[in-house]
Amino acid sequence: MSEPSINEHGDTVVLRAVDITKRYGGVHALKGVNFEVHQGKVTTLFGENGAGKSTLMKILSGVVSPTSGRLELYGEEVEFATTVDAREKGVSIIHQELSLAPNLNVRDNIFMGRELLNKAGGVDYRAEDTEVRALMARLEENIEPTAVVSSLRLGQQQIVEIARALSVDARILIMDEPTSALSASEVEVLFKVISDLTASGVSVVYISHHLEEALQVTDFAVVLRDGSLVAADVVGNVDMEWIVANMVGKNFDLGEPPAPVTGGEVALAINGVSVEDPSSPGRLVVDNVSIDVQAGEIVCIYGLMGAGRTELLEAVAGRTPLASGQVLVHGSDVAALDVAQRIEFGLALVPEDRQRDGLVQTMSVGHNLSLASLGSMVKGLFLAKPHENQAVRNQISAVGVKTDGPQAPIGSLSGGNQQKVVIGKILMTDPKVILLDEPSRGIDVGAKAEVFALLSRLAGEGLAVLYTTSEVAESLSVAHRVIVMSKGRISAELDALGTAKEQVMAASGESVAALETNGND
Amino acid sequence: MSMTTARSVSPLARLFPDGLDPLAILLRGRAFFALIAIIIIFSMLSPNYFNVGNLLQMSQHVAVYALLAIGMLFVVLNGGIDLSVGATLGFSGVIAGFLMQGVNIPELGIAFYPSVWVVVVITVAAGAFVGWINGMLISRFKVAPFVATLGMMYVVRGAGLLITGGLTYPNLDGDEALGNTGFDYLGFNNFFGLPIGVLVMIVVAIIASLMLNKAPFGRWLYASGGNERAAELSGIPVKKVKVRVYVLSGVCASFAGIIIASELTSANPTAGEMFELTAIAAVVIGGASLAGGTGTVRGTLLGAFVIGFLADGLVIIGVSAYWQMVFKGAVIVFAVMLNAIEYKGRKARAASVPPPPTTSSAPQRDTSVDAAGAKIAG
Repeated sequence: MSEPSINEHGDTVVLRAVDITKRYGGVHALKGVNFEVHQGKVTTLFGENGAGKSTLMKILSGVVSPTSGRLELYGEEVEFATTVDAREKGVSIIHQELSLAPNLNVRDNIFMGRELLNKAGGVDYRAEDTEVRALMARLEENIEPTAVVSSLRLGQQQIVEIARALSVDARILIMDEPTSALSASEVEVLFKVISDLTASGVSVVYISHHLEEALQVTDFAVVLRDGSLVAADVVGNVDMEWIVANMVGKNFDLGEPPAPVTGGEVALAINGVSVEDPSSPGRLVVDNVSIDVQAGEIVCIYGLMGAGRTELLEAVAGRTPLASGQVLVHGSDVAALDVAQRIEFGLALVPEDRQRDGLVQTMSVGHNLSLASLGSMVKGLFLAKPHENQAVRNQISAVGVKTDGPQAPIGSLSGGNQQKVVIGKILMTDPKVILLDEPSRGIDVGAKAEVFALLSRLAGEGLAVLYTTSEVAESLSVAHRVIVMSKGRISAELDALGTAKEQVMAASGESVAALETNGND
Repeated sequence: MSMTTARSVSPLARLFPDGLDPLAILLRGRAFFALIAIIIIFSMLSPNYFNVGNLLQMSQHVAVYALLAIGMLFVVLNGGIDLSVGATLGFSGVIAGFLMQGVNIPELGIAFYPSVWVVVVITVAAGAFVGWINGMLISRFKVAPFVATLGMMYVVRGAGLLITGGLTYPNLDGDEALGNTGFDYLGFNNFFGLPIGVLVMIVVAIIASLMLNKAPFGRWLYASGGNERAAELSGIPVKKVKVRVYVLSGVCASFAGIIIASELTSANPTAGEMFELTAIAAVVIGGASLAGGTGTVRGTLLGAFVIGFLADGLVIIGVSAYWQMVFKGAVIVFAVMLNAIEYKGRKARAASVPPPPTTSSAPQRDTSVDAAGAKIAG
């Protein structure tokens, strides 16, 4: 290891990713990315959801291996077989999704897989406890080593995750959204820890949706878009505008905001809805939210992770109970109806995670499509197969699914086409109101445009559309109105026309400065 | 490989979408080929194996396993397991025996002898009731299927023993004078040369197959077994489906119980011990995934025949009972291993298929769930 020789652009490169490509089935997550980590510096990755940030981090930390390309650690080519392998070579990661065992206590989580042993060969709990206390003192947290992780609140769990990464004395530390559940004071402590780390020569790779916050700690800014590295610079040459412009891209157009709809009947009325956190009752994840959607109108809910978007939509669809408030579809209260009855009533949800909630992997494309509308295809005791096949074929061409045919296994489709199958399935139920939770998640740009064009067309046919997104461009170019949610509440309601990206981001808590300069309508 | 061979197989390639790789075909149709192999091997080892009389005799044994296995298939497709079917089989026999002995309530001065069809209906209702309790425990009270049905296995077995006092009801022939004869019909008679038990199996298999492939219930079941969350969000009554599969399993077990009691014209409360495991083995050998969502009636029937013909063959050639257990166990483990290999291959294929360029209805790939069984026999 050579001494870092610091000058403007000539810092020691400790980890270099060369021409990294990653494919997941039909999805091209990374397209030849070159990326450098500098000794004792913080490098921040910016990019929208699906831009490939998390995939790149997973490759750097040995969670997945690249389809092609190579990694160089201190100038030598390396391959990380596993995360343990990467950790032993000095690269450690704090995951965006917490990777703690909730049934174990803090100490056992921190030393999981590398327990300290005493002379008799047993686990030396006392030494572990001491070390955990020291870590917590450094993070200025008061968490007992023997506290069970599931009893901690989310922010504390994140602290434990950070403590675990610190405890291995990594030379390169990757932090994927480490602050998403932290309070402002906790973030401040974390930043202090980060600057201590970099001062002692540790290199940090940082990812955050909170742009302002990330700009405070970073030395280098790197922007990813659609799997490619589009811009990189030292922080001195960078401002918010530069980041947003590069993140969103100038050339790509998702479509024009549609012509305004006025005087339509209110198809969906969400009145003062609150939803409790199922894991800690009493805490509201959605707090007194009211939204009206007219027939033919497209309304977008913009918000960051944890803003309560998913919880709101799931409660409206009948998946989870309301703590208070009302949901009206064309004036009638649907409180007493379950998911199936709400679908029959014309209110249906396209869920956020299509693998987990949208598709049945063991079934064909056709069977997935007809799943929600089987009731309308029964003749006597049995399904009318010719009728079903016809309906499925019509829907495949209506939503533009690219497939070998209804018999093709669902796993053979690309992400975008799978998403169209989930949307098509819901459309086959003949809904009046369609809810879509992050419909563009994990699909490529071309498919995104197709999905949003489909939404515009549906609205044109009189459907009320309510969708969520965490990408600003998607909220402004497709919807009539944008509702910004932050921490379970509506923080702004904006007209899509004439609203700037920064205003939307400001209201979501993403960039504080933008809020101050632009105000909010 | 030359061009000519490649060209000559092209019409066949349509039948075998994975190509004519002999290993792939063997793997796909493994239960069918295993059955053929078993018949050939035992026919060579014993002159008494391959004749109509013995085949019918063995089929009658298979019928009991197959009925239990079809019930089990419904549960396994849902991603559950039913350990209580053996006990329910014994319990059903006891209920039938109890009713055939005549219901005598001296306090009220009542003694009546229900006719055989009434006995059958009540017995099947009892089996359905056991299944319903299983279903409610699992869907309503969130008890894990393994635990709920394990508990019910003990409860139901104990109930059967309590009713008979641990004894066997002998002599279920009934009495001409009391108008309840005919219970032995199911076990002894033939219908166009087929034992009634086998006939019941065929009818149940056809009904089960129609339910799974033609009725909406089948689609609900495949969907909720494949991905319960997605099924629920698609408006499928996943809880109702769950209760119903255990009821069906209970009903199938009571059919099997009636057939055994009828064959022996006696009801033994310990009948059907360990049969639940044979039923699970048949389902698994038939290619169903214990994770739920994949499996066919056809495969399950083949699985039951593989186990039944193997067990009877070992008896006929005089292999010791201990070795029989070893063989059976080895076959089951081997079958599960092959399942794992097949699922892995299927996943890899699905992932490697590139997204096709345009919407088309060009050559159909026969890969739907309900077509998987067709390939075994085809």
